[in-house]
Amino acid sequence: MAEKGEFASITIPSTLYKRLEEMIEETDFDSVSAYATYLLREALAHLEVQSKEVLSDEEEERVRERLRALGYLD
Amino acid sequence: MDRVLKGEVREQAEERAHWLPRLDIGDDLAKGVENIAKGVLSPLEGFLGREDYQSVLRSMRLANDVPWTIPLVLDVSEERADRFREGADIALLHKGRPLAIMHLEEKYRYDKEEYARRVFGTTNRAHPGVAKLEKMGEVLLGGKVDLINAPQSRFGKYKLSPFETRVLFKEKGWRTVVGFQTRNVPHLGHEYVQKTALSFVDGIFINPLIGRKKKGDFKDEVILEAYATLIRNYFLKDNAVLAILETEMRYAGPREAIFHAILRKNFGCTHFIVGRDHAGVGDFYDPFAAHRIFEEFPDLGTVPLFFRTFFYCKRCGGVANEKTCPHSEESRVNFSGTRIRKMLSLGEVPPAELMRPEVAEVINRYENPFVE
Repeated sequence: MAEKGEFASITIPSTLYKRLEEMIEETDFDSVSAYATYLLREALAHLEVQSKEVLSDEEEERVRERLRALGYLD
Repeated sequence: MDRVLKGEVREQAEERAHWLPRLDIGDDLAKGVENIAKGVLSPLEGFLGREDYQSVLRSMRLANDVPWTIPLVLDVSEERADRFREGADIALLHKGRPLAIMHLEEKYRYDKEEYARRVFGTTNRAHPGVAKLEKMGEVLLGGKVDLINAPQSRFGKYKLSPFETRVLFKEKGWRTVVGFQTRNVPHLGHEYVQKTALSFVDGIFINPLIGRKKKGDFKDEVILEAYATLIRNYFLKDNAVLAILETEMRYAGPREAIFHAILRKNFGCTHFIVGRDHAGVGDFYDPFAAHRIFEEFPDLGTVPLFFRTFFYCKRCGGVANEKTCPHSEESRVNFSGTRIRKMLSLGEVPPAELMRPEVAEVINRYENPFVE
């Protein structure tokens, strides 16, 4: 379903390219680029630290109080 | 993401809202603003600008490559759009009350036919999403929002923000949490799916979608009461949480399945249940298209758990699925939503192998449990 958009090129060792090419032979990936894109996105999802706002102790206690008042916590 | 104004800054914004150009918006958009501000729709900080809009439509990702499948847009008529200036602030009102300040970055026109084709996979007006799209304004406004006053909710006691659910899961000691999206009352098939998933994680977050639905769907209050009853009677309190998600159903099938997964990740879910024909309507989507689409998103940050068909098997004496039950069709009773709905609409109690009697009793207390 995903469509083609803008692309940029990166350089990888040709030996690695060959390994990727062999890997996709029996998969639904139609190109090494598509497979490399998939692998990079998968790796990035693990590496990227989500920018979660950290609550202060006071804010967290307020949240806990509300959760207790609503019956979610004892 | 926290764009909820507080203290003095909030008071000043409320005051400014009285003299800024104003735009009164409806319930669905107001809930959208609240969801953006509270991080339910993270990483969005506002309504999509043109570049993100086109990227979402065409590649199911924001312009920065982050997965996002449903365009979150603020539509207005051309006449109204003329009153607003790019680069200036607008006061968003809901039911006459200041809701938020929007920092208008851009106004742009869009192609409804392309929107329908890409998001819903059809331009057929019988599709509720397409029908709604037809009524939308011709111009989209893009820009960040800051919440002043959250819209009133009828179900406040079941409403938690992602900050709150994350604290709650931590307090409960859950390291892994599975999210369950629903817009229906629970039958035994749902319970089977929920408990099967729960067996592999620390807790389940049952998160009914509350908001505009189509005629014939169960009313919000019925869904909530039915789930509260199910959890009270058949789940361990330490392992299940019920809270609502206030947003409309888009009926966008596979794209909406990804959208639902992203929202539950924001609530802190590490896993997400994807059922048969997730977010589908009629026969607009292949029942398992919503499973296959996940193959395109290795970077969602939450693990999808796929469930196919399940049924009650008389010979097994319980709920089973095609991988666990060796018996023939004659032994199986399917969880036909249409059949269960019909029985409930007649005030009948579905058999215990289809629905818990306590749940059926709650539903039957309503003279009409369906959206009219």
